[in-house]
Amino acid sequence: MSERRAARPPETSARGIAERVRDGDITAERAAREAFVRGDDARVGPDGLNALLWTDREATLDAARGHATESDFVDRGDLAGVPIAVKDNIATLTLPTSCGSRILEGYVSPFEATAVTRLRNAGATIVGKTNMDEFAMGSSTENSAFGPARNPRDRSRVPGGSSGGSAAVVAAGMVPIALGSETGGSVRQPAAFCGIVGVKPTYGRVSRYGLVAFASSLDQIGVFGATVDDAAIGLQTIAGRDVMDATSADVPVERYVEASGASLAGLVIGRPKEYFPDFLDARIREKCDRAFDAFRKLGAEVRDVSLPHTDLAIPVYYIVAPAEASSNLARFDGVRYGLRVPADGLAATYEATRSRGFGKEVTRRILLGTYVLSAGYYDAYYKKAQQVRTLIADDFREVFASGVHLLFTPTTPSPAFPLGAKADPYEMYMSDIFTATANLAGVPAMSQPIGAVDGLPIGGQLIAPHFDEARMFGAAYALEAALGAEALR
Amino acid sequence: MSTMVSAPAGWEMVVGLEVHVQLRTRTKAFCNCSTEYGAAPNVNTCPVCLALPGALPVLNAHAVELATRAALALGCTVNPMSVFARKNYFYPDLPKGYQISQFDKPLAEHGRLKIGTNAEGTGITVGITRVHMEEDAGKSVHDRYAGATAIDLNRAGVPLIEIVSEPDMRSAEAAGAYLRTLKLILQYVGISDCDMEKGSLRVDANVSARRAGEVKLGTKTEVKNLNSFSNVERALALEFARQTELLERGGRVEQQTMLFDQARGVVRPSRTKEGSHDYRYFPEPDLPPLVLDAGFIERMQTSLPELPEARRSRFAGDYALGEYDVDVLTSSAELADYFEGVARQSGDAKAAANWTINGVLTALNASGDDIDAFRVRPADLAALITLVRDGVVGHSAAKQVFAEMVRTGDRPEQVAQREGLVRVDDDAALRGWIDEVLAEHPAEAQRYLAGEKKLQGVLVGFVMKKSKGSADAKKVNQLLASRAQG
Ligand SMILES: [Zn+2]
Repeated sequence: MSERRAARPPETSARGIAERVRDGDITAERAAREAFVRGDDARVGPDGLNALLWTDREATLDAARGHATESDFVDRGDLAGVPIAVKDNIATLTLPTSCGSRILEGYVSPFEATAVTRLRNAGATIVGKTNMDEFAMGSSTENSAFGPARNPRDRSRVPGGSSGGSAAVVAAGMVPIALGSETGGSVRQPAAFCGIVGVKPTYGRVSRYGLVAFASSLDQIGVFGATVDDAAIGLQTIAGRDVMDATSADVPVERYVEASGASLAGLVIGRPKEYFPDFLDARIREKCDRAFDAFRKLGAEVRDVSLPHTDLAIPVYYIVAPAEASSNLARFDGVRYGLRVPADGLAATYEATRSRGFGKEVTRRILLGTYVLSAGYYDAYYKKAQQVRTLIADDFREVFASGVHLLFTPTTPSPAFPLGAKADPYEMYMSDIFTATANLAGVPAMSQPIGAVDGLPIGGQLIAPHFDEARMFGAAYALEAALGAEALR
Repeated sequence: MSTMVSAPAGWEMVVGLEVHVQLRTRTKAFCNCSTEYGAAPNVNTCPVCLALPGALPVLNAHAVELATRAALALGCTVNPMSVFARKNYFYPDLPKGYQISQFDKPLAEHGRLKIGTNAEGTGITVGITRVHMEEDAGKSVHDRYAGATAIDLNRAGVPLIEIVSEPDMRSAEAAGAYLRTLKLILQYVGISDCDMEKGSLRVDANVSARRAGEVKLGTKTEVKNLNSFSNVERALALEFARQTELLERGGRVEQQTMLFDQARGVVRPSRTKEGSHDYRYFPEPDLPPLVLDAGFIERMQTSLPELPEARRSRFAGDYALGEYDVDVLTSSAELADYFEGVARQSGDAKAAANWTINGVLTALNASGDDIDAFRVRPADLAALITLVRDGVVGHSAAKQVFAEMVRTGDRPEQVAQREGLVRVDDDAALRGWIDEVLAEHPAEAQRYLAGEKKLQGVLVGFVMKKSKGSADAKKVNQLLASRAQG
C-alpha cells in the first residue's frame, strides 16, 4: 500500500498548468507530454491500473501544438494546456467512444460532446479515454469489457465505478481534471474510493449532448478534480445551457472558483440521520464527525435532519434506471454501427449481436428494465417507482426549505473493496446507497476526501439545493482548507 | 367505386379512422435535417436521426405550431401540458429502437368534424378522439438488392400528427367524406400537403359490424395499406362484406390486421401480429413535457384562416353562388382566395365565379400549374371583367384577351389594344366590314336583302369573325337590319 503524496505539487494543478502555459513558461504540447510521462510513471495503461483505455499520443501532441499556433484565445483560456481525461462514454472526435463495451469497440464518434467542446475551447487537451463499467452500469469498473481498472491507492482494490478509470488517472496524478458521468453515484463513489474530489452537478446543469445515455432522467456529466479547485474550474467550464440538450437548464453559471475563501458563518449544514445508519463503519462515522467539527469551527451550524424516504432510493433507482436503459440501449442493434454478428434473419441477428456485444450486467439490466415497463407490470413497478422518486425529491425540497443550506453525509458506506469482493449484484448495488438519492432528486452533490481508514480514502458528501453549486463549492473549499493534510489521514 | 361489394342486409358498419399527416416543416421534428422529399437515400440525416450514441432530440417549434393549429382547426381542446413518450420496438428502419410519440397525455383531445348533412338537413359530425405529435420512421427497401434490405433514413424523424377519430362513421362513403373534409381543412390551414402518394397522409381504418339496432360494438379489425381515399372506401366495403358473411354463417371476427391488396381487390390478414406487440410506452426523458401557455394557444387560434365550412356558407350567402360553384371555388384555400380577389375587385361575383371556374381552372388543368404560379393575377382578371361590363371588350373577344393574358401575363387593356380586340362601335368601321362581308358572300347577301331574315345571324357571324370579335354585335345587327329594310 503506497501512501499518496499528501499535497500535490501546485504546478500540476489545473490552475498551475494553465498559468504556466498562459505565461509562456511551457507550451500546451509540453503540458500534454508531461501528463503522459506522469501517466507512464503511475502505469495508468492496460499493464498497470488499466485506467486509460484509448490514447493517441502523437495526435494529442499535434493537437496541443495546434493550440499554440492556431488560436491565441485558446492559449489564454482557463484551461490553457491543461491535460484532461474523458470517460469512454463521452463522445470525442478522434479517440474511440466505446462505453467500455464490445458492442462499440473501435467506434469513433463523428461528433463531439458539448462538454468536451467547451473544455477544448477553454484550452484543454484531451489526453485519453478512461475505463468504465460497461455503459456505466456498475460501481467498481469491474464490468468493463476491457478488464477491470485498479485503485492507485491500493492496486488490489477497485477504484469504484462506474467512472473508475477517470478517478484513477486523477488520483494517480496524471491529470488534474477528468470527466466522468453519474447516474447513481458513478463520480462521487470512485472519487471517495480514490481520495479525490468528484462533483455531480444539478440535473440540467451540464449538457448531456454526446454523453451516451444510460438512464436519461438521471445521467449527468460530472467532474473529477485532484482538488476542489480543479473540480471547480472543470465544472464552471462545462456548465450552462446547450441548445442541443432539451433538458439542459437556462440558469446562469457562477464562477465556482470564486467560492474559494467564502465564509461559512451562518451556514446551516444538515446531518441527515438516514445517512448515518447503525451499520455504518464506525471509523467512517468518526471522519464525518471530524468534518462536522471543522464546519462548526468555521462558523457553520450543524443541524440534525431527516430525509425519511432515503432507504427507498436503491429500489427506486434499480427500477427507473434499468427501464430507461432498456430503451436507450435499443439502438445498439448491429444495423448502423458497432458490432454486428450476422445470423439467419433479422431477429436472430439482433439476438446474436446483442448477446455477444453486451456483458452480463448490461444484459441483466436490459432484462430488468424491459420487465418493469411491460404491459401489466408498468403500474406496479415503473409508475410506482416514479411516485416514490417524487417523495425522495420532496424530502430534499422540504429539508432545504426548512432553512438548511447544505447536507453533509458519508459518500459511501465503506472504503474501496478488493477486486472480486462483491460477486452478488445486490451487494454491489448497495454501495450507491448514499449517492443515488441526489440523482433521483436531481440535486447537486460532491465528494471530497475527509480522511483514511487503513490507508484507504474516505469521502464526505455535500449535497445542495438545485443549482446551488456555488454554495456547495464554498463549503468544500473551506473544509478542504480546514482539514489540510488530515483529509488524507 | 369501381367494384360494387354487397354485404348481407341487416348489418351496420362501424368505422373509426387513424390518419397520419406529415407536418409541413422545413426541418425534422427533433433535428435540423431537411424534410425534402425525394432526396438521395440517407442524405437528410445527422447524429440525431441516425440515433448515434450520445445524440439527443430537440423539439422543432414550428412542428408544435402546426400541430396545435391542426388540432384547433379540428375543434380539439389543446392540453396545456402534453408529454412525449417512447414507443419501443425493434425494426431496422427505426434507428433508436423507439419512436418518439405521445401516449397518455396527447397534444389535444375532444374535437369534432362536420362531414356533411343527412337527408333531413342536419349535420353529420365525427368525433375526434385525439391529435398527437410523433416522428416518422425510415423506409425499408426490400426489392432493391437481392437477399438484402436497404434502409433509407431520410424520413426518420419527420414530424407527423396522428388524428384518431371516434368510431362514428357508418358507411364507407362516410369514411370517404371524413377523409376529404379532413384533408381540405389541413390544406386550408397549411398544415400539410396531404399528398398520399408521397406518404404525407396515411390512413388506417378500424372497422367492425353489428346487427342494425345493436348498441354494443362488434370485434374490429384494422385495415392497412390504403393508398387512396377511394381505396379506403373499397377496402372498407370488402372488409365489411367479409365480416358480415362470416357473422351470418355464425363465425366470429378475429381482432387482427388486414391488408388491402389493390391488385387483387381483396383484403387479407397481415402476417405480422400487431396485437401481440407490447410497446412498453414510458415518458420520453430526453424531452421535457410540452407546456403550451394560454397565450400561445390563443395566438394559434386567431392565426387560423377561415375554414372550408365557414367559407362555403359565406360564399353561398355573400355572393349568392350556387352549390356547385361554391363547392368548386372552396376546393382549395388558394382558389377561394383567388376568386374572392377577383370578386371584390370587379364587384361582380357571378362573373368572377364564371371566369374562375371556366377560365382559370381550365387553364390550370391544361398547364398543370399551381394557382400561385398562374400569370393572370386576380386584379388583372377583375380588370378584364370590368372591360367587358363597360363594353370596351366584347364577350367573345374577352376570351381571346384572357387566353393572351394567360400566355403573356400582360394587363387586359394592353392585350386588347395590341391584338385589336377593343370593341368597335364606330358606324363607318362597322359598315365597312358589312360591305366586305356582303361582297364576299353575294349569294347569302342577295337572299338576305331579299327578305330571308334568318340569314342575319350567319352574316353577323361573318362580320364578327372578320373583326376578330371586336365588332359590337348589337350594332352590327342593327346596321344589317336597316340595310335589309333600306
Ligand atoms: Zn437529423
